[in-house]
Amino acid sequence: MSRYLGRKLLIYLLTFFLAVTIDWLIPRLMPGDPINVMISRLGPRNPQEVQLLREYYLKIFALDVPMWQQYINFWKSVFRGDLGRSTLFFPRPVLDIIKASVPYDILLLLPAILLSWFAGNNFGALAARRRWLDNTVLPLGYILTATPYMWLALLLAWALGIVAGIFPIAGAYSFDLRPHLSWRFIQDLLLHWFLPFLSLFMVMFGGWAIGMRNMIIYELEADYSRYLEALGAPQGLIRRYAFRNALLPQITGLALQLGTIVAGAVATEVVFAYPGIGNLIVQAIQNQDYFLIQGCFLFIILGVLLANLLIDIAYVIVDPRTRLGMTGEAA
Amino acid sequence: MGLKRSEFLFFAWRNRKLRIGVSIVIFFVILAIVGPFLTKYPPNEYVEAAAFPPSKEHWFGTTIFGQDVFSQFVHGLKATFVVGLIGGTIGTFLGILIGFTAGYRGGMVDEVLNMVTNIVLIIPTLAVLIIIAAYLTVRGILTESVLIGLTAWPWAARAIRAQTFSLRVRDYVDLARMSGVGSMKIIFGEIAPNMMSYLLLVYILQFGGAVLNAAALDFIGLGPTNTISLGLMMNYALLWAALPLGIWWWFVPPGLAITAIVGALYVTNVGLDEVFNPKLREM
Repeated sequence: MSRYLGRKLLIYLLTFFLAVTIDWLIPRLMPGDPINVMISRLGPRNPQEVQLLREYYLKIFALDVPMWQQYINFWKSVFRGDLGRSTLFFPRPVLDIIKASVPYDILLLLPAILLSWFAGNNFGALAARRRWLDNTVLPLGYILTATPYMWLALLLAWALGIVAGIFPIAGAYSFDLRPHLSWRFIQDLLLHWFLPFLSLFMVMFGGWAIGMRNMIIYELEADYSRYLEALGAPQGLIRRYAFRNALLPQITGLALQLGTIVAGAVATEVVFAYPGIGNLIVQAIQNQDYFLIQGCFLFIILGVLLANLLIDIAYVIVDPRTRLGMTGEAA
Repeated sequence: MGLKRSEFLFFAWRNRKLRIGVSIVIFFVILAIVGPFLTKYPPNEYVEAAAFPPSKEHWFGTTIFGQDVFSQFVHGLKATFVVGLIGGTIGTFLGILIGFTAGYRGGMVDEVLNMVTNIVLIIPTLAVLIIIAAYLTVRGILTESVLIGLTAWPWAARAIRAQTFSLRVRDYVDLARMSGVGSMKIIFGEIAPNMMSYLLLVYILQFGGAVLNAAALDFIGLGPTNTISLGLMMNYALLWAALPLGIWWWFVPPGLAITAIVGALYVTNVGLDEVFNPKLREM
């Protein structure tokens, strides 16, 4: 088990290293100079002012030291949790702004991911090799999983928000409320939460249902299923065994899907103006708030790594082979 | 696998999923090619009254600025196929290169490549695309497609590596190796023909993935700055209050087209899988 998890941890550490490096490198590799953009936004009137501003910015962003020094400094500040200050929400530190957004991401993503995984797997398993169910679930699943997240979000917002008028379509709570612990606020929060949740849930559900349906069909073709069948075991029992075996690749699949889920979350949050990190990074881009972009990127990576780790632990619990030192299928 | 051409076409035509999927994709390809000639309005020109519902004059209505939605739609379709084609090709090519090398060479090369693949696989593609695109002030469809292709290869590499592994140890490959056939000849003569069907499936998925990624990127405002695309249409629709104003004809067609194209690609994939793998055929 320690070998399995150790190997994984090494990969995650290297991933984090690479991510921080990308985060540092990309702004420096790109054509055009963010500082020029910031200077031109202030609209200096003469070259002297430009020069002054340039020196000022170089200093506060610590760009006046050699490259390698900048890189080391970047790492130091990452470990100190100092991600710089936002220009969009000046003078708030980037870390504070992100911290305020993270709870909304957890509120939205955790239930959407877990419930869609659970429901999709059970539904897909139910549908496999059952003609009538299969013929309805399969096409529906393919349509859902091919749907761009933002389009389903737009459709839901329009149909249930505007036309039916049941749900609000923007923000995490009403503008006339402040976050506090009261029944009224929680009700309001849930009402705002439902549509973004539903659109994420539906798209992911389609993918899990199809994946499980296909896995079950493979498993029902496997030797152990055929053997059980030949012994005259009841169908229900064979299906139960098939389900448990098919679940393993679905757990690995969850880890592989995290990237897509991040993309979906960003698009969905933008549609509903939901104040998570996805919405934040887009706002940061529109306002060329480079520190905020960097900070959001780092937090997205951290979130994905943490999720990967949790999935690995779940995998170790579910698959005894990993505990016995046989690495199983995922290495 | 190992089907003769005529046999392949026979099973392909008999497969309902394949027929439906391919027909839908071809329909949209034709629409993307012919569409621009069917409309007399340039996609971004302000031609008519604003927010006009679909009519005989403007088939899909007009935007809040009075642009013709149908014209934007068909031009956006073209962009969608360009991104899929270029992004999908680059992603598949890199996937083949890395996955095949790792799987065929094995040993240290495999260890290193596999490690790299696993690392890149964890980093969310869109997050990387976001920070790259955020710093590029001028972006075209081509840049976007290349970026998408360059970040899309990891899962393909992993899948192809596994496939190569299983083919490499087959008896007929061993036999060829023992009879002193050269490496290149084994790869192209023994292994590649048996992988073609699999690679086709990978390519289709990469194509669909590139289309979805481009849509997401365009939607959050990091798409091409100089043309129109389906994702951009939805972006504009959201930004300019198409929802509260009820201009549904602005955002429904682009999303519907993406869903139909990507869904059709997935269904085509399942159909092809059934044609190549008789075990999966419907009983």
